[in-house]
Amino acid sequence: MITFSAALLPAADAATQVGSPMLNIAIFGAFVVGTLAIVIKVASGRKTAGEFYTGGAAFTGRQNGIAIAGDYLSAASFLGIAGAIALQGYDGFLYSIGFLVAWLVALLLVAELLRNTGRFTMADVLSYRLKQRPVRIATATSVIAVSFFYLLAQMAGAGGLVSLLLGVSGETAQNIVIAIVGGVMIAYVLIGGMKGTTWVQIIKAVLLIAGTAIITAWVLAKFGFNPSGLFQAAADNSPEAGEKLFEPGLKYGKSLTTKIDFISLSMALVLGTAGLPHVLQRFYTVPTSKAARRSVEWAIWLIGGFYLLTLVVGYGAAALVGPDVINAAPGKANAAAPLLAFELGGSVLLGVISGIAFATILAVVAGLTITTSATFAHDLYREVFRRGKIEEGAEVRVARIAAIVIGIVAIVGGIFAKSQNIAFLVALAFAVAASANLPTILYSLFWKKFNTRGALFSIYGGLISSIVLIIFSPVVSGKAPLVEGGPSPSMITNPAIDFSIFPLDNPGLISIPLAFFLGWLGSVTSNEHNPQKYAEMEVRSLTGHGVAEAVHH
Amino acid sequence: MSSPPRAQTEDPYLALQSTDEFQELRRKFRGFVFPMTGFFLAWYFVYVLLSIFAPGFMGTRAFGSVTIGLLLGLGQFVTTFAITFIYARWANREFDPLADRLGARLDEITEA
Repeated sequence: MITFSAALLPAADAATQVGSPMLNIAIFGAFVVGTLAIVIKVASGRKTAGEFYTGGAAFTGRQNGIAIAGDYLSAASFLGIAGAIALQGYDGFLYSIGFLVAWLVALLLVAELLRNTGRFTMADVLSYRLKQRPVRIATATSVIAVSFFYLLAQMAGAGGLVSLLLGVSGETAQNIVIAIVGGVMIAYVLIGGMKGTTWVQIIKAVLLIAGTAIITAWVLAKFGFNPSGLFQAAADNSPEAGEKLFEPGLKYGKSLTTKIDFISLSMALVLGTAGLPHVLQRFYTVPTSKAARRSVEWAIWLIGGFYLLTLVVGYGAAALVGPDVINAAPGKANAAAPLLAFELGGSVLLGVISGIAFATILAVVAGLTITTSATFAHDLYREVFRRGKIEEGAEVRVARIAAIVIGIVAIVGGIFAKSQNIAFLVALAFAVAASANLPTILYSLFWKKFNTRGALFSIYGGLISSIVLIIFSPVVSGKAPLVEGGPSPSMITNPAIDFSIFPLDNPGLISIPLAFFLGWLGSVTSNEHNPQKYAEMEVRSLTGHGVAEAVHH
Repeated sequence: MSSPPRAQTEDPYLALQSTDEFQELRRKFRGFVFPMTGFFLAWYFVYVLLSIFAPGFMGTRAFGSVTIGLLLGLGQFVTTFAITFIYARWANREFDPLADRLGARLDEITEA
């Protein structure tokens, strides 16, 4: 995911184009029209807060599991990981594993207990036995921060993807496409709420996995279904990397710093997933903890299966397209999968894959928007500003307005960020989620002595430390230019400006343990403890008592 | 977990929390998920550390162009799938009946 937008950016000025932009646009247009029709059919009309935020918690475990895969497998996973494997072989594969293993945290520790103790948002669980207002404000801050980073990365990626796949390279044209993506996304959310968004994610997940499976089967058939033969062909076709494609080190093995950086990134990935607000929100779209468990089971099978397919797609791109062609294409690594599709099935398959990549951005962005608007309307407006005294209709109205505002912020942010190197934002989102959200969730569910001060210390400590470390890291300033005298690959491209005093790109190694420590420290220095509320939380979390009434409430 | 003072036992949650059955449920759940979490995290970071600090070993060919690192990486997929399967089966068979029974008992108390 990290390589995604960075590598896409040079696309803007490149002119090389394969396939037929008109066909790509037509397929994308058909997806938008088709899904909008479905959203209007299944989910239009007035909604209660529960319907808007969670689709009335009426999805089955399997439906939700597919939607989770649709939400999680962003364009970055699809294009970015396939490209990383094509160019860096083993290290690209290594990167994908963290995204999968992370789901075990959600399965074993978070999904079911969260479903049993909350209704709409992550803050519901935390405010169960802690002081509502300060905890909701803190959680809302970190939810909004994580979602904003993630959203911005997706929107900026959309701009790059356009020039790669639609042959639109002008500044204005890219801005228009970003605005269209944002506009369609707002339409999904306003018309369909969580129910409509979920169906978009389900359709997208099915298309993405089916498309990738077709490419995989095609590639394997070309090599007589012998993976070892495919790997060898990939190495033979990679003059520079050669057999190093099978070994660790091409990307993360350069120096001790890059090695430690990868450990930091691994921690953020494996602990961040179960703290991502839009992932947590999905556990509320099913009626029971058993359905939440079933959701994660399905998600793990689909996501794991998908990354296995990506391995073949990546090596297939190296073997059949070759690193020189990939590196010369607009979008570089991200072009690997589309170029492979073109190599195999010509313009038509490329068009299908391009359409799926767009669908992917739309579905992920819509999920983020619902989650953030729920946090605004439910946590901030209803519980904090109005202290719970609010009519349901008014809350949903606020959520809708919030969705429009978030959509506009995403469009404007995407337009400004598209020429920036903001590739680190997705990794930052995972790092903040792992630092600010996960420790508090785990302490809240499992530790009797946890209290409000612990939560505030942990959330603000995790949030502030990860953001401050990022600001003073090489991703923001001071990376050595790739070519002598050229621009720095950092966000601030002027190599003369260098305030990077923290050596790692990813803050997780420091900020995650710090947030756990602060959560402990805050709790033991405060004597707030409510045994009755803890008993209620613990009993409900394990037995599922009261979930039904919470849903119909 | 200490038993709550008498005066508070009217609260159905505190009452249920202090029963042996609930403590057994809690022990069962934590006894399963904590060691499992410890195992998969340890195994994942062993794999990451080997990839980062022992590239020579991980790059050794097991057969054809397939390296030990690739096999261990695929092993991560296998264990993730296996843990998912084992946990779901355990939860459906061992945990749910116990949890449902306690939840039903609480329903009776709170509705009465």
